Amino acid sequence: MQFWIIQFLNSLALGGLLFLLSSGFSLIFGLMRLANLTHGAFFMVGAYIGASLLRQRVVGMDLWLAALLAGIALAALGGLLERLVLRRLAGNSLGQVLVTLGVAFILSDACLLVWGGDPIPVPTPRALARPIFFAGLAFPTYRLVVIVVSVVVAVGLHALLERTRIGAMIRAGVDDMPIARAVGIRVSRLFTAVFCLGAGLAGAAGVLGGPIFSAYPGLDADMLPLALIVVILGGVGSLAGAFVGSFIIGAIYTFGSTLFPDLAYFILFLPMIVVIAYRPEGLFGRIAA
Amino acid sequence: MSRASLILALTALVALALLPFYAGEYFINLASQILIAAIFASSLNLLVGYGGLTSLGHAAFVGVSAYVFAWLTTHAGAGPAVAAAAALVGATIVACVFGLVALRATGLGFLMITLAFSQILWGLAYRWASVTNGDNGISGIPRFSPFGLSLDGAAAFYWFTLALCVIAFAAIAAFASSAFGAALRGTRDEPRRMAALGHDVRLIRWITFVYAGFWAGVAGLLYVNYNKFIHPSAMSITNSAEGLLAVIAGGSGTLAGPIVGATLIMLLKNYVSAYVERWNMLLGFVFVAIVLIAPDGVIPGLRRAAARIRGGRK
Repeated sequence: MQFWIIQFLNSLALGGLLFLLSSGFSLIFGLMRLANLTHGAFFMVGAYIGASLLRQRVVGMDLWLAALLAGIALAALGGLLERLVLRRLAGNSLGQVLVTLGVAFILSDACLLVWGGDPIPVPTPRALARPIFFAGLAFPTYRLVVIVVSVVVAVGLHALLERTRIGAMIRAGVDDMPIARAVGIRVSRLFTAVFCLGAGLAGAAGVLGGPIFSAYPGLDADMLPLALIVVILGGVGSLAGAFVGSFIIGAIYTFGSTLFPDLAYFILFLPMIVVIAYRPEGLFGRIAA
Repeated sequence: MSRASLILALTALVALALLPFYAGEYFINLASQILIAAIFASSLNLLVGYGGLTSLGHAAFVGVSAYVFAWLTTHAGAGPAVAAAAALVGATIVACVFGLVALRATGLGFLMITLAFSQILWGLAYRWASVTNGDNGISGIPRFSPFGLSLDGAAAFYWFTLALCVIAFAAIAAFASSAFGAALRGTRDEPRRMAALGHDVRLIRWITFVYAGFWAGVAGLLYVNYNKFIHPSAMSITNSAEGLLAVIAGGSGTLAGPIVGATLIMLLKNYVSAYVERWNMLLGFVFVAIVLIAPDGVIPGLRRAAARIRGGRK
């Protein structure tokens, strides 16, 4: 029982982190028709920034502040990438993908240069390190907090998209870009805003994921395919799709790793094949990738 | 093929065949690596250049073929000939399955699905340690010896690779210039018209995908025989990206482009790796630079420059 509870919470925590990562990827793809392959690298840079900040014992530095700072740093980096490079390739979606891949290689190697090849464990915040005991069972507190945070972010993003003016503009851009431009929406500003938002979320997710995964070279290559699969599964441009897809993949991956440790990656094929075969636009998608 | 390019190709072939007589072992081995990379890039070019299907998972077939060969020769006691045949069959079967699923999409969707697939196989190679030996890789793989000829020497292996390379290029060129190749280019440029004309667009793409997967499997077989070692990194995204960069840098959709691109990248990789360990970072910068500066590749760029010079003289 204890074992299954921990696995269940692990799968939800992974799902939550995947949501923070893939929601940005999905929104960027939906709005800009851009598969941002730097997303995994953004997550890894976030994890390394978090690891550095938390291990330096800076006065007043805690996980939340570190996540905020990493989010801001990555949002700025993403904004620069969008403004300085991707903008010059507007309309050339293949060129954009290749550039994001190139930047992913650069960032990943830069991390290796700065932080070295050994994994850097990130300490769990002291207040959250002890499990909560309830009905004689232990519940790992940090996992619970990550789950709560991701749900709060999901509600916030949903409110942003559905209840605010900028959200309405983003939805208009996703659904019909030429008409959105024609009615006077500054779509290019939306591009930068959404790209910053996605990059910032990925960076913050990296910090929150630190105590679970620690920061190591190759974290980007581990996370990017999971995010891709989530988005293929859930449908591009759909927040609900990213949410449901994240928890499905989080569960399959976690329970797969526990039950069939050798074949955990292989099991990820199954939902992908089923969805692509029967519903190529994804579970919640309105547009085909 | 025009008369001039035929003469150029034959001269290059003679120069390559005689290479072991005038070059040292280092260069012979480097040339073998370049040839293997050229087969890989040429097979990918069928998809990217002629089919308009940008795959970021092509190294998966290299990996499958290499792992099948490695496992059969070291764990199952199979002879190299049987293992080689099984490796090619394995890569082709995986290509059949991947193609069925990935070709439900085109464009960025196809790119994302192929990337996800190859990353899954890459993760499998790391995790399925009882078969793949995980991060340690499989070592002590014997080289095959066709018709009893030992390929252990650098020159012997190089000649064998060169011979296979010529066969591969001829097969790929024949494919691209056939009626089927014309239909493939049709599905790239005008998929809806091709469908209206009665062509089965997905079938054409699928056959190309499988054919490209087979030749990538050949490249994988040579790769594992050259290195006598296989590691999950053989099917990493870096390897797929190197192949794609070779295709784009050389000029996609041309026969010579991927060969030129693969040569440039392997030379760059070898010489840079001798001085610094930052190959991935350089690869990233080259990617960004090619896309921003020479998006249609070196060969079309040179051809443009030549046309401009000729035009200036008139």
